[in-house]
Amino acid sequence: MSDQAANPLRDAIQEAIDENPVILFMKGTPEAPACGFSARTVAILQSLGARFAAVDILPDPRIRQELSALSEWPTIPQLFVDGELVGGCDIVSEMYQSGELAHTLGIDAPAHADETPAPGSDQAPLTIENRL
Amino acid sequence: MSATPEELKERIEAGIPGAVAEVTGDGHHFNAVVSAPAFNGLTRIAQHRLVYDVFGAEVGDRIHALSIHTKTAEAEEIR
Repeated sequence: MSDQAANPLRDAIQEAIDENPVILFMKGTPEAPACGFSARTVAILQSLGARFAAVDILPDPRIRQELSALSEWPTIPQLFVDGELVGGCDIVSEMYQSGELAHTLGIDAPAHADETPAPGSDQAPLTIENRL
Repeated sequence: MSATPEELKERIEAGIPGAVAEVTGDGHHFNAVVSAPAFNGLTRIAQHRLVYDVFGAEVGDRIHALSIHTKTAEAEEIR
C-alpha cells in the first residue's frame, strides 16, 4: 500500500464520502454511465427515488487508485451510505431485490415514491477535481 | 494470457477454506457464485472482500470484471 504522506486527492475523496450521505463513485455520470455495472447501480438508486451524489472516476486514473486504496474495494461502482461502503453493483442489486437497500437508504416506500421531485433536479453531482 | 473460469474456480476454492465456487465467464467478465463456511457471520462486504483478496490487483486488470454472489454454507438464497 502507499505511504501515509500528504495525499490531497485521497483527502478530497474521504471528504466527499463524509459530506454526502449517499455517494456513488462510478464510471461516467448518472446521465451517461460508461459501464453496465455503473448504469445498473444508478438505475436502482433512481428507481428508489434516492438522492445521491455521483463522482465520475474516469477523468483521472488516480481517483480510482486512491478510492480503492481507501475503501479496500477493487471494483467500480462503489456506493457509500453515511460514510460506509455498502458495496458495488452485485451487493447493491442483491440488497435491492431483498428490500434491504431501501432500508439502508432510509427510504420507506420503494419505487414510485409519492412526491419525489423530478429526478436530477436537486441532485448535485460533484467532481473531485473541483475540490482540489 | 486471459483467465479462464476454471482457473478462477480453482483459485477461489484453494484460497478460501471450504469454499465451493461456480464460475462462468468469457475470459474478461466473470460471474462467481461462492459458498463457504468462512462467510458465516461476515457482512456481504467482508464476504466479497475474501473473494477479491484471492486475486488481488488482477481484479480490474487481467480479470476485467468479477461479479460475485456469495452464500453462507447454510443460508437460503434470497430472491
